Amino acid sequence: MTAGSLWGSITAAGRPTGRLHGTQAVLDLADLSGASCLGEAIEQLRDRSVVLLCKSQLVAALALLELDGIARRIVLCPPDLSAQHLPGVIAGAAADACVRDAAAPQADILKLATCVTAEPRLRRGAVSRRAERATEWILLTSGTTGAPKLVLHTLASLTSALAGQQRAATENIIWSTFYDIRRYGGLQIFLRAVHLGSLVLSDAAEPVTDFLSRAASAGITHISGTPSHWRGALMSGAAATITPRYVRLSGEIPDQAVLDNLRATYPEATVAHAFASTEAGVAFEVRDGLAGFPATLLGAPGRVELKIEDGTLRIRSPGVALRYLGEGAEPLRGADGFVDTGDRVEERAGRCYFMGRRGGVINVGGLKVHPEEVEAVINAHPWVRMSLVRARRNAITGAVVTAEVVLVEDKGGARPAAEALTRELADCCKRTLAAHKVPAMIRIVPALEVSASGKLVRPSA
Amino acid sequence: MSVKTTITSQFQQVAREQDRTLAPLSDDMRLVQSGLDSLSFAIIVARLEDELGVDPFSATDAIEFPVTFGDFVRLYETSAKK
Repeated sequence: MTAGSLWGSITAAGRPTGRLHGTQAVLDLADLSGASCLGEAIEQLRDRSVVLLCKSQLVAALALLELDGIARRIVLCPPDLSAQHLPGVIAGAAADACVRDAAAPQADILKLATCVTAEPRLRRGAVSRRAERATEWILLTSGTTGAPKLVLHTLASLTSALAGQQRAATENIIWSTFYDIRRYGGLQIFLRAVHLGSLVLSDAAEPVTDFLSRAASAGITHISGTPSHWRGALMSGAAATITPRYVRLSGEIPDQAVLDNLRATYPEATVAHAFASTEAGVAFEVRDGLAGFPATLLGAPGRVELKIEDGTLRIRSPGVALRYLGEGAEPLRGADGFVDTGDRVEERAGRCYFMGRRGGVINVGGLKVHPEEVEAVINAHPWVRMSLVRARRNAITGAVVTAEVVLVEDKGGARPAAEALTRELADCCKRTLAAHKVPAMIRIVPALEVSASGKLVRPSA
Repeated sequence: MSVKTTITSQFQQVAREQDRTLAPLSDDMRLVQSGLDSLSFAIIVARLEDELGVDPFSATDAIEFPVTFGDFVRLYETSAKK
C-alpha cells in the first residue's frame, strides 16, 4: 500500500480492470476516472465529516471510492443503524455533512448543513481525484448500552492486511461477500476486491438463492461470509450454484460441521477461516480446514502479533484501529499497543479454541449483543426484580439470547400468571430491541446467583 | 405428539413471533422459501432441543444441512431414535 487515497492506490498499477456488481447496476471501476456518482456536489464535501447513510451498497461503494482523500472523515453507517442512535453518531463523529440515497432517512431530520443525495450510477464530467488529506474512516460497533461505539481507522490501517497483494495481469479475481461492506468484515472484502479485481455486492432485501445466482453469473472466484451466512447458503439448496476457488469464513467462530460441509460442497476450493474484529483488525487466516487455530501463532514475531493474557486473545498489528471517538471514550489499545479482543481462548494439544466472549457479549450470527442492554429492557417491567441474559450455543447463528428472570414477590395475588408475564416481557423486548437481541426463550426462575461484591454472577461461557 | 407435529407448531409459533408469513408446510417445501430467516431457524432449533431433547445440528456426527421441510423433519426423526 502506498500513501494517498483509495483511488490513487487502486490506480497505482494502472487502470483498474474490475467491476462493481450491485443489484441496481454493474459499473466499471475504470469509469470513475472520468465520471462521478456525487458529481459537482463533491466540492461541498471537501474537508467535511461525512455520514454515509445509504440503503444501497453500490452507492456506498462509489461514495467511499470518491470521498477518500477528499472528506476529513467518512462515517460508515450500516443500513440497519436505528434512527434513535443516529444523532449520537453524528455528534460523536462531529459530522457536518451526509451522503444519502433516495431510500435513506430524509436530510432535514438529520439537521446537517450539507446533504448530498446520490444515485447508483455515474455521470460523466470533469472530476479531480487528487487526494488532499488522509481521510479518517469511522466504523460502528455495538456498545454495552446499545448505542454504537465509533471506531477510528485510516486507509492505512484498513489495508494493512493487503500488504504484498498485487493485481496479477493474468488472474481474474471476482470477489463476493454476504456481508455489508459498511461492516468491518465486508469492508475488508471491498478493499481487497477493488485493488485486485471485481466485487459482487449483496443486498439485504435479496433472497440468498437470487444472490447466489447473481454471483454465479458474474463468475465469482472468491467469497466470504460468517458461518451463519454459510449455513443459510447451505440450507438454501443453492450453495452449489457458485464454484468459487476460495471460500472464507469470519466474524464468528466456525464449528467443524460448517467447515466440513463447505469442503464437501466446494471440493476444488480453499476453505479458510479468518479472525478479525473492527477494533483489532485482521489477525490471521487458517486454511487447514480445522476449527480453532495453531498455537504456534501465539508469540510468533511478524506483522501481526498475538498473545493470550488473562484468558483472552490480544492483537497488535498495523491493522488495529487508532482509537474510539467521542467524549470520555475508553482507550482502545493497552499501553503495550495490544488490543484486547475480549475473546476467550483455550489451548489444547497445540491448538487454540475460542470459548466465547468475556463479559458475556453474545455473538448472534455475527452481530454483537450486550446482555446488559437486554437486561435493562426486561428489568424495566414492574413485575421484574432482576434478570440474567446469556448466550445459548446454537448451530445456526452460533448463539441465541436467553433470559432468566426473577419476579417481584406476589404479595396481594395481583401478579399475572408466569406464561402471560413471559409473553409480555418478550413483547417489551421486541418493541425496543433489534430482532437478534430479543431473547429466544425467557424463563422465570426463583433466584439468580449474586456474588459477595453484590454483582450478578455471569457464567463465563 | 409426533416429532413432525412438534416441529410444525414451532415453525408456526416462531413465524408469528418474528412477524413472518409462513409458507404452507409440505415435505417438499424448500426452507429458503418458508418465509423464515436464519434467526428464526436458530430459535426453532433451540426450542426443539428443549422439547425433543435433541439438537441434530450440534451432533458430533457429520450431518447434511436440510434443504426442504421434509429433510428437516427427517433429521430430527433420525436423531430422536438414537
